[in-house]
Amino acid sequence: MSANNKEEMNKVAAGSQTKHSSSTSDATAQQKQQQPTAPSTQPKQIPAKPSPPSATAAASAATTTPPPPKPSLASPPAKTQPEPPPFEKGLVEQIKNKFGDMVKVVFIKPLRIKIQVEPQDIVGVASFLRDSMGFDHAESVAGTDYPKDNQIEVVYHLGSYSREELAAHILWLTARTNKDDARLPTLINIYKSVEYHERECYEMLGVYFDGHPRNERFLLPEDWADIPPLRKDFRIKGR
Amino acid sequence: MTSIEEKFEESKRLGLQIVKESEEDRLMTLSVGPQHPGSGHFRFVIKVDGDYIVYCDPDPGYVHRGEEKMCEYRNVIQNIPHLERPVIHDSANITYSYSLAVEELVGIEVPRRGQFIRAIASELNRQVYTLYWLAIYGIFLGHSTMFMWPTGDREVIIDLLEALTGARVTHAYNIPGGVRNDMPEGFRDRCLSQIRYLQKRFKEYEDIFYNNPLFRQRTEGVAVLSKEDAIKLGVTGSVVRASSVPFDVRKAEPYDIYNEIDFKVQYMKTGDCFARSYVPLLDMQESCYIIEQLLDKMPASGEVRAKLQPNPKGPPGESYRRVESGRGALGYYIVSDGTPKPYRVKISVGSFRNMLALPYLLVGQRLADMPAVYWSLNYWPVEADR
Repeated sequence: MSANNKEEMNKVAAGSQTKHSSSTSDATAQQKQQQPTAPSTQPKQIPAKPSPPSATAAASAATTTPPPPKPSLASPPAKTQPEPPPFEKGLVEQIKNKFGDMVKVVFIKPLRIKIQVEPQDIVGVASFLRDSMGFDHAESVAGTDYPKDNQIEVVYHLGSYSREELAAHILWLTARTNKDDARLPTLINIYKSVEYHERECYEMLGVYFDGHPRNERFLLPEDWADIPPLRKDFRIKGR
Repeated sequence: MTSIEEKFEESKRLGLQIVKESEEDRLMTLSVGPQHPGSGHFRFVIKVDGDYIVYCDPDPGYVHRGEEKMCEYRNVIQNIPHLERPVIHDSANITYSYSLAVEELVGIEVPRRGQFIRAIASELNRQVYTLYWLAIYGIFLGHSTMFMWPTGDREVIIDLLEALTGARVTHAYNIPGGVRNDMPEGFRDRCLSQIRYLQKRFKEYEDIFYNNPLFRQRTEGVAVLSKEDAIKLGVTGSVVRASSVPFDVRKAEPYDIYNEIDFKVQYMKTGDCFARSYVPLLDMQESCYIIEQLLDKMPASGEVRAKLQPNPKGPPGESYRRVESGRGALGYYIVSDGTPKPYRVKISVGSFRNMLALPYLLVGQRLADMPAVYWSLNYWPVEADR
């Protein structure tokens, strides 16, 4: 019994490894070719994986010049606005072609794109991102309170498991809502993975997600009777 | 096999019926935890119909400490010690992605030797966590040898980490800019000999635990999570790799020097409890090779951390960085308004994401399989609550 099992187990493991090794060997080979001249890797400068871009991305890659190589020793970033990498730019153009001015692009950095939409458009944009672009799950949902604007910003960090070339990318889908009546449509029907994240956002920031089955307490004590704690007007005692 | 939506609807229907219709009183409600030793600091309410679980509602929050709020009151360096409390067995990794995010915001260049040393520390620490988890998994399936062995072997790595960092469990070693201090003399040889010992032990684990017919019967084919459902639920780490999604942050988005390291992403295709418990062992074996490579390729001398200002601060901005921890992708979303204190810190942890799979996997299982399913999710309650 146990001998059989062992054989079977090894088979499963070996099968998975061998299958995968063939698919990863290309990637590692590419990485090795890239690497030898880069002794200093700053987190910002991790090169975007050379991946097969989609049709529009390829078109844009052909028309745009590649970003100039950054100096390897870092000067403080964000002063200069570097040219966005072609693959990310292609992704943004795909969204722009579909939605036009409904989508506001906040920034495009290597591997990170931030777009902002109005609350009423977020469901449509999210379903396009899932169905046509392959962002299939949400890694986190974070709310940030901006008292100066009297607004709360909710960020969905969307990632992809199913499209390999998107694995390194995180798309930030954000919407802002008024702080006095903080409401956003829920994305639970598009991304099942936001269920607990949105619930946490509701109790921590007080953003009511219209259509979410359970806008209720999650992590806080049952007898919590104060304002949502991650709002800026909530102060820790003694601080 | 029904889809997760159907399962969820069914369980919700049954769960509501107990309130509405009195003839459904054959359902019994059980509260698992928070004091129950089988769940840690975590509670979930289940309803059973005879021997079968028909409803499950997780209720976390018993160890919520408001880490994210605390971050807003301290500067980026002061945040390190309290940020590693949520998962003290994996403290190198939970500060690793924080350091990466802060470095991106402030604009810090980490010296090459520092990058290698903190990668070594985090690989060792991931093994500490996984061995601890494996010990718990063993004891809750009634295999007390599997509790003793990993707990004992964990000491080997903890001693190594103590030599490296000066502390056994919470090291505060990975900081923005590199690591706190250099490697001690003779660490390389000691580390290599201990790695060989562990590699030998992992084979023995397979013989005594993973090939044990009782263990195989309790886990094989139990609570299968299909690939589509795993993607839909957005689970991460060993849970998603057990469902044939070869996703590992070290490969997908290599941070620091991981793009120079040659390793395979370990994954399995069955998606059952056995796969979810076997993938972490494969990960540990792969991690041994990674550590050997790191020790080989490391520059022999040099700086280990960048010089920082007393109160490091950068221009206003936002960053989201992640690393592969023992429980999957661990991401930090940090908003900076230009002051030394972060404006907002959001920690996206693997445990919180994997918790979503619990109701879907438990519904339809026997009550006796509950610990096998729950612990296979690689769930760490303190980390999920933050």
